[in-house]
Amino acid sequence: MDWPRFAYEYDGSFAGFLTCVFEAYARKEEPACFLTHQDGRVTLWPARAVDTDDQKARRVYRSLDRSMGLQAKRLVTYGFLTCLEERELRLWEFLRLGYERGPSVMRDLTDPRVSVLLKAVRHLTNEAHLLKGFTRFSDQGGVLAGEITPKNRALPLLRPHFAARYPGETIILYDRTHREALFCQKGNWAIVPLEQFSLAPPEGGELDWRALWRRFYDTIAIEGRYNPRCRMTHMPKRYWDTMTEFQREEHSPPAPGLATQT
Amino acid sequence: MELMDKLTILADAAKYDAACTSSGVDRRGGKGMGSAMAAGCCHSFSADGRCISLLKVLYTNRCIYDCAYCVNRRSNDLPRAAFTPRELAELTIAFYRRNYIEGLFLSSAVWVSPDRTTEEMIAALSLLRGEYGFHGYIHAKAIPGADPALTQRLGQLADRLSVNIELPSEDSLRKLCPDKGKKAILAPMAQIRDGITQARGELVKYRHAPRFAPAGQSTQMIVGATPESDRHILTLTQALYDQYKLKRVFFSAYMPVSDNPLLPARRDFKPPLLREHRLYQADWLLRFYHFRAEELLDETRPNFDTRVDPKCAWALAHMEQFPVEVNRADYETLLRVPGIGVVSAKRILTARRVGPLTFSGLKTLGVVLKRAQYFITCSGKMLEGLRVNPDGVLRHLVALEQPALAGHEPEQLSLF
Repeated sequence: MDWPRFAYEYDGSFAGFLTCVFEAYARKEEPACFLTHQDGRVTLWPARAVDTDDQKARRVYRSLDRSMGLQAKRLVTYGFLTCLEERELRLWEFLRLGYERGPSVMRDLTDPRVSVLLKAVRHLTNEAHLLKGFTRFSDQGGVLAGEITPKNRALPLLRPHFAARYPGETIILYDRTHREALFCQKGNWAIVPLEQFSLAPPEGGELDWRALWRRFYDTIAIEGRYNPRCRMTHMPKRYWDTMTEFQREEHSPPAPGLATQT
Repeated sequence: MELMDKLTILADAAKYDAACTSSGVDRRGGKGMGSAMAAGCCHSFSADGRCISLLKVLYTNRCIYDCAYCVNRRSNDLPRAAFTPRELAELTIAFYRRNYIEGLFLSSAVWVSPDRTTEEMIAALSLLRGEYGFHGYIHAKAIPGADPALTQRLGQLADRLSVNIELPSEDSLRKLCPDKGKKAILAPMAQIRDGITQARGELVKYRHAPRFAPAGQSTQMIVGATPESDRHILTLTQALYDQYKLKRVFFSAYMPVSDNPLLPARRDFKPPLLREHRLYQADWLLRFYHFRAEELLDETRPNFDTRVDPKCAWALAHMEQFPVEVNRADYETLLRVPGIGVVSAKRILTARRVGPLTFSGLKTLGVVLKRAQYFITCSGKMLEGLRVNPDGVLRHLVALEQPALAGHEPEQLSLF
């Protein structure tokens, strides 16, 4: 179809993207690229600024289910969280295909428009699964606080896991890459943009537990089977930065003998 | 003794246990703390490349037995320690809160008597489950020779139970650990199997029926300390899956820990890591690929070819069944193609409903062709420019494995 091509400009939210999809179909326009207000890219296509409209976004979101099935809806929602390059454009191409073909689009695994998204979403879900294990929390005055540096926006996928795991705790998990923080407390939660975040230096009991964990980590390996390559395959080094077992406390007082009744 | 020293001694004593899985049970959080996911979750990987999922410790390493292959044998001169239930519970909770671990793997040396040891373990787990409201994963070792009522109680507290079969034959068992017998090991295994079946049956009828080891039972055996062949070990493994309904059988390459004349000499001994790896690959073939032990090894070939993996070796010996037509073969046939696994086979089934698959289509699906290309056709054609004769294929497949095996680098599979 020869729809005129426009550069779509939106606010970067998922609802904003769905509004773009609505507008593109309503105006019979083909988005040539998607720009957010922040990124300073210049384009030669005529610009179309789209204001996020919850009503329109909701209509598109509901239509996904009906016209291409639950799996496709999940692919689009998760696809928006991935670090795929030009992900909005890839999603738009997938949506065009999906509205045309219906639910069978999810079986066409060899179509590049489908496979590229599936691969990106697998990357996201794999990363989220690893982070369920590799995330480390510190007790900061009763609050569990931690930091991660994922490539994809994994916080929405981690939220249900950690909420079920620590029902009675208050959790703060900061995503350094995307500058977002997850707050969880007694069934309430929020994921909000946050420019600055830093963990307070550990003190007291926290230092002792960390020392115990490091000791356990170092003890549990069998020297005769030392295999650093295997370790890196399963746990790439980019995760090590935020993991307690690879951190050494700086300028902290030597951990006093841990009393057995903490 | 300080907790730090206790942890060091009792983690060091537990590290030769291969299993560290947290899989098999799904549980959303309740009132206390913790959840479990069926797929399991690795929280870290130690320097030997093995998954750390659970806090793996012994309750105590004081032992009345003198098994030759074991570090904790009575005659070994080692520092000894024991946790108290409260220490263990607090350690578990503190690690769990910080997301270091998925739960606890509690094993123990036999202290005073099997009954007394099991009672201590029950006390620790009851405290953790009860007072601390812990809903995370617990894997407990059942102690052979303990009263069945105690094992029953242990199974109600734990998610997974295991009894180590230790050595692959009765003969070796008699020689190396005179205090344990085959019967003593198999009795609790059968009890746990029946307990699990019964609890599953009751759960269908009553929603609040007590759970008994909902994640099943597992076992482990030491490979390379005694002269059994791979065929013997794999047949035993299959029998354990068939008759005792085990979830997993773990293999542990023997690490020289003793100078006993019945065991391989400590000097210059290399743990048989590659052999262990091949056994795990064969174990996967039994569990997920519909293979039987008799197909993989027989009297004429009692051991695995170390150069290629068991599936490749099987395929090379059965070239008359190949090539397989990707667009028509059923699921079981696809699974037998070297290089095609469960995920690839399922994707092929899905994608070919839309249209015929080509070699480039297979690549888009994520099917790795470097092994599979010799064994498949797409719409009747083999990959262009590929010539196949059995010797050449073997050479290519061996060359593919080389980098992984170069320089006797230990190659190892993760255990989750």
